[in-house]
Amino acid sequence: MKCSEFLQELTNYLDGVIDARTKSELEDHLAWCHNCYVVCDTTKKTIEIYRDSKLYELPDDLRGRLRSAIMSKCQKKKAGTEPA
Amino acid sequence: MGTIQPKVSEPVSEELALVQAAKGGDVGAFEELVKRYDRNVFRIAQHITQNREDAEDVVQDAFLKAYTNLGQFQGQSKFYTWLVRIAVNEALMRLRRRRPERMVSLDEDVKTEDDSVPREVADWAPNPEQLYTQGELQDILTRTIQGLPPSFRTVFVLRDVEGLSTEETADALNLSIPAVKSRLLRARLQLRERLSRYFKKRNGGDGNQ
Repeated sequence: MKCSEFLQELTNYLDGVIDARTKSELEDHLAWCHNCYVVCDTTKKTIEIYRDSKLYELPDDLRGRLRSAIMSKCQKKKAGTEPA
Repeated sequence: MGTIQPKVSEPVSEELALVQAAKGGDVGAFEELVKRYDRNVFRIAQHITQNREDAEDVVQDAFLKAYTNLGQFQGQSKFYTWLVRIAVNEALMRLRRRRPERMVSLDEDVKTEDDSVPREVADWAPNPEQLYTQGELQDILTRTIQGLPPSFRTVFVLRDVEGLSTEETADALNLSIPAVKSRLLRARLQLRERLSRYFKKRNGGDGNQ
């Protein structure tokens, strides 16, 4: 397996959606190709860092304000569609 | 090397009951759905628009649109996937308004030169996120993801941050499964490449070299 072929399968490999034969070919490649090992390992870390980051958490006060605004618009919408 | 485990999703039947109740006019049931997903919608909206004010508007408009069009939700996909589709469209609309000079489309399959060929192959320091303070780390992560084209950013956020499956992402974005996979691979590799500048082992520093 060439490095370019390994890269093509990287997403399927990390997501665990790969058949047993391809998986074993990829792991054979990883065993001797240090560059692909690093790319695979640091791509996995990239995903984990973003997933675990608290990037763009909705602060409680804003959350409350947004929810009140949404629900008041929904109430108005409901009142507008109900027969008088 | 282990695989990335998807997030566990909420029970679907309980959610469908809330949707049914909301369709029947129970605003309280809809509020439960808002509580369940407002954080996710805000995160997605801010990732796409890169603007706090726009993200706030997207949250309001997406939920209001969902409420108004609940009758059209047929239950073939999960409510969350349907809501995400509405939110992504709202977010892209705002991004286009703010950057009219640039075509913003989910269909764009941006070809940058050799964007998928890794150049940086240095190993990272152990626990790289601990090299920086929480504030510095957030700044690095924000600036790095901002550099991705919107179509890549959106796929990465839905798949890897929000934990939607490839099929759900394709459904929410109206893209084919191969298109989602191709964008995801390139998004992951480009982010990895850029983060390597901050996280790689340094001689005499935090690394063990």
